[in-house]
Amino acid sequence: MSPAEPAGDVQPARPPLELRDPVLAGIMAWLIPGAGHWYQGRRTKAVLFFVTIVGSFSYGLWLGGGRVVYAAWGPNPDDKRLPYFCQLGVGAPALPAVWQAQRFRNPKFVEGVKARRQAGTASLWDWFMAPPIVEKDGRANELDDLNFKYHRYFELGTVYTMIAGLLNLLVIFDACGGPAFGVGAHRATKPDKNPTATPPRAA
Amino acid sequence: MFPDLCLFATGWAEVWYALPLVVIVSLVYSGTRHEEPGEILAGSARTAVWVCGFMGIIFVVLWLMSIGI
Repeated sequence: MSPAEPAGDVQPARPPLELRDPVLAGIMAWLIPGAGHWYQGRRTKAVLFFVTIVGSFSYGLWLGGGRVVYAAWGPNPDDKRLPYFCQLGVGAPALPAVWQAQRFRNPKFVEGVKARRQAGTASLWDWFMAPPIVEKDGRANELDDLNFKYHRYFELGTVYTMIAGLLNLLVIFDACGGPAFGVGAHRATKPDKNPTATPPRAA
Repeated sequence: MFPDLCLFATGWAEVWYALPLVVIVSLVYSGTRHEEPGEILAGSARTAVWVCGFMGIIFVVLWLMSIGI
């Protein structure tokens, strides 16, 4: 049974849910949490999902000084940022990390960033969502400095942003297929007083 | 026993960081299962109680296991 239809409802109180184009809604829900629901006209849920998911993502990012969301896949195990796969679920807010990872692959650019940081002239994009700089000899790893600077807040920020991304996966499923219990499905779960009667369908 | 309790007291403030997560997880989880705001709020309250209860049980088990370590 489609989740957009009332499930054998004894007392259908609401019309079937209009999901419009579920694939487009799912893509929009991934890009901006709540955007898919807004497109479907489910405005209350759109605001709820946007506030909760973007709010927790932003709070986590703030806890970690804007450094907990970054993409890295270096040769060493410490250079692989597996939490980013969860954080990426939040969509566009996590995408600058991909661009930053691409920029920080250029050694000359990294040298320039280090010089600007030492001179105190670093811009926002010299550190925001930037992967930690690892020296070639492996002796200096900026990730150690970040953990020392933010200590437990670095992990807390990582957890907040990861959970935001994972929660948005549920939101994407909801935008594509409707709520798990359907519309009015709660009433259908109550025992039917007259099981032989044909249940009326919503118009 | 007393040092265990002192350690528990010093780390207590960090538990508050779980509260926003419980609220957010409950609201989003319930929001993907219901459509009406009233159902979402009622469902999120049930989910929050369930999550807190589950975390409490795990906490007590781990705390009991840590006594004497």
